[in-house]
Amino acid sequence: MINRRHMILASGAMLVAAPATARQAGQPASAAQRWGLLIDTSKCGVECTVCVEACKAEMGLSGHDRPRTDAQYVRKVNVRDPATGAAHSVPVMCQHCAKPPCVDVCPTGASMKRADGIVLVDRHICIGCRYCMMACPYKARSFAHEDQSGQQPHLPRGKGTVEGCTLCVHRIDEGKPPACVEACAARARGAMLFGDLNDPKSEIAQKVAREATTRIRADLGLEPGVRYQGI
Amino acid sequence: MSAITSYTQVRPYTRGWLALMAGLGAVIAVALGAVWHMEHQGHWVTGMTNQVVWGLPHVFAVFLIVAASGALNVASMGSVFGRVGYQPLGRLSALLAVALLAGGLAVLVLDLGRPDRLSVAMTHFNFKSIFAWNVILYSGFMAVVAAYLWTMMDWRAKRFYKPAALAAFGWRLILTTGTGCIFGFLAAREAYGAAVMAPLFIAMSFAYGLAAFILVLSLSFKMTRRSMGDALPARLVRLLGLFVAANLYFTALHHVTQLYFAGRSGVEAFILWNGGIHTALFWGGQVGLGGILPLAVAYGGCGHAPRKRAMMASVMVVLGGLAQVWVIVIGGQAWPLDLFPGMEASSTFADGHVHDYAPSAWEVMLGLGGIAIALVVTTLGITALRLLPAHLGEATGSCRSPD
Repeated sequence: MINRRHMILASGAMLVAAPATARQAGQPASAAQRWGLLIDTSKCGVECTVCVEACKAEMGLSGHDRPRTDAQYVRKVNVRDPATGAAHSVPVMCQHCAKPPCVDVCPTGASMKRADGIVLVDRHICIGCRYCMMACPYKARSFAHEDQSGQQPHLPRGKGTVEGCTLCVHRIDEGKPPACVEACAARARGAMLFGDLNDPKSEIAQKVAREATTRIRADLGLEPGVRYQGI
Repeated sequence: MSAITSYTQVRPYTRGWLALMAGLGAVIAVALGAVWHMEHQGHWVTGMTNQVVWGLPHVFAVFLIVAASGALNVASMGSVFGRVGYQPLGRLSALLAVALLAGGLAVLVLDLGRPDRLSVAMTHFNFKSIFAWNVILYSGFMAVVAAYLWTMMDWRAKRFYKPAALAAFGWRLILTTGTGCIFGFLAAREAYGAAVMAPLFIAMSFAYGLAAFILVLSLSFKMTRRSMGDALPARLVRLLGLFVAANLYFTALHHVTQLYFAGRSGVEAFILWNGGIHTALFWGGQVGLGGILPLAVAYGGCGHAPRKRAMMASVMVVLGGLAQVWVIVIGGQAWPLDLFPGMEASSTFADGHVHDYAPSAWEVMLGLGGIAIALVVTTLGITALRLLPAHLGEATGSCRSPD
């Protein structure tokens, strides 16, 4: 039986899935697109970790039960204003900056930005120097501290290299939204909106143009592709 | 002066030489074993985490690399600045510079997540990266200093002596600037992100390099029973005092600037006041042991012979320098990134909390291995080539001559 909640969630799932179109094999990523996220933290519950768990499942982040060294591509940061007591729970992942400092500092070019704005690590030429982790203002990257098990075919993980959120580039190239976005829409309150910021017809571009949004550490001028509402 | 200085090789295979090489070889073997363990198991066996990504190996590596460029200063004093009294020391200065750099780079490379991909680092360059520039600067430093050493040793290359000296001096300044900029270019790390990191690192290199040089010179002369008058150590320890003062000046400038920025009061309070081990190492190690005490020894006239004072001050500068690099590298990372300024933050990824770090024994072994590599290269260098003066008597200059 479909209730009102399921209807709302289903509409959210359609909303995030609609803008993406599959990229043909051999066709390069295009600068005409700028993939991004808009996250409404007013819909993010403190206890909700649906996006985090979806990321772990999609990326095969089984971990070793060692919180200090296990990888986390997405985390929930609980933020509280000490002056007012206002609190938010904010999903933080790679912000896919237009001017990514991790790409600037990487000595070999392993840290790279795709034409469509997705920031990735080429783990074939990553030497594991961790300078990108020093440079990232969002602490968005993890180091593979040990051998990894349960890896997914679309995300081979190598001990001794650096990794982070890929914005589920493998799904985007197939015309699907990132796993966290899809899970949030299906199993939570649809706080995450994914789409092409360069496409004026996209829901995300229209919402960003219409409503007030913020970016974490906007003062650094990195122009992240992830925007937030409610913080 | 260098024309009348006679240089002799160190005699190899003596009991002392063999004992030294065996000891250093053992340290290197242990370090390689530690590397094998860390690379085989992965970095989770070290104290490094996703929060403190650079650990004790980087403290040793940065110290050695910074000291390397500073060790060359003794040669530059003689050649670039025309201080005749330093000219007999130029060859050892150049050798030690290369040796320290080799030791530091070895530690840096062996701590990479994928040290087997060193060839990738040598063939793939992102020229916007100061790290990539440093790869070129370090490699070039070796070549420039080797050429400089050649002009010092071969009279047929005498006409290239001055240009080589100038090139080496300029190169070393750029190299240390590059090392400082590795930290200076990190805008989001509150402990760094300042242009003063570059001159601070140059001042650090002057002090560490001269201290390392004094220690190696004194020990090698003592172990090979070469004579050294009091004039040279007296001159060197005064020069060391000057470099230590410069280091203190740039350190003070860095922290005063930080304190002036309201947004950086948190990290400053952490380093200067309530940062636990980092605060203790700052005041006790960096400022006290590595700054004020060597100054007192250098200029206060503690009553000991100049050679002993030079040794004492140098040991203090080395230990204080290691503390200083710890405070910069580890202390700077221990302070959390501020994603939401003015807000309190917490997460499963240690947001909003000071990060703890305790080095593992493996890291200590690797770091000491770097020092051992530098000393082996130095020992082999003075054994194979005529780099060490046969004696350094009173002819090196007057104790009262100005530096």
